[in-house]
Amino acid sequence: MSHETCRNLLSQLSDYIDGELEETLCAEIEQHMAGCPDCRAVVNTLEKTIELYRTTERAEVPIDVQSRLYKVLKLDSLDHSF
Amino acid sequence: MSGGNTFLKRLQTGDPLAFAQLVEENQGQVYNLALRMLGDPQEAEDVLQETFLSAYKALPGFEGRSSLSTWLYRIASNASLMRLRRKQPDTISVDEPLTLDAGNSLPRQLVDWSNLPEEELLSSESRQAMDEAVSELPEPLRIVFILRDLQGLSTAETGEVLGLSEGAVKTRLHRARLWLRERLSTYFAERMR
Repeated sequence: MSHETCRNLLSQLSDYIDGELEETLCAEIEQHMAGCPDCRAVVNTLEKTIELYRTTERAEVPIDVQSRLYKVLKLDSLDHSF
Repeated sequence: MSGGNTFLKRLQTGDPLAFAQLVEENQGQVYNLALRMLGDPQEAEDVLQETFLSAYKALPGFEGRSSLSTWLYRIASNASLMRLRRKQPDTISVDEPLTLDAGNSLPRQLVDWSNLPEEELLSSESRQAMDEAVSELPEPLRIVFILRDLQGLSTAETGEVLGLSEGAVKTRLHRARLWLRERLSTYFAERMR
């Protein structure tokens, strides 16, 4: 990966993956990728990286952490049924 | 987030039920941000407490220029960054221009591992490698990546939380993603052998 076109593509990849790139530029990227296995690999693995992170589960706030938080905030005597 | 001026007025006049509701609805986002930023449950708990204590004190002066959720993210981000800076005083401030080369170099790992089986990609060992990679991201990139890609804020909201332009958020996010791709590629390429 050293060609000027590859460098240009690399700088626009996040916008491309986020769907924020103009259609004509997307078409240029796709045309380039069709003949450049290195760029194809970078795009595929970058998309996968983002997908893997976006699907990570959020941690639940542990019950004991919640209890201490409410105590510190002096909210522990309230009924939390909003 | 319970919205509207009425809710804000109740908060600003010290209504404990309204404040408890604010805590209830936002503690998850604050805790997850701190945990991902600091990688330590005890420190995440400390940031959680600090954030809501600070918010309680600052609520009377809150002008509503951003949403309460964005405002809490800002307090929690600052608290997390302060802790990191206390531990590593030489680190770079999030609002300084980026001069570090992280994520700005050409990709070195060109193996396409994206079609590895799901059980390999989603294994607990892979998740651990992913967490480690995030924890090693330089702070100015890490905070943007966490807010944008893990917490799901928009580019504009992330900029509002961190006091950065949308262009700066996009640049940092892009560098973070490339950096993480490189790290995960090293890890998953090993699994393809």
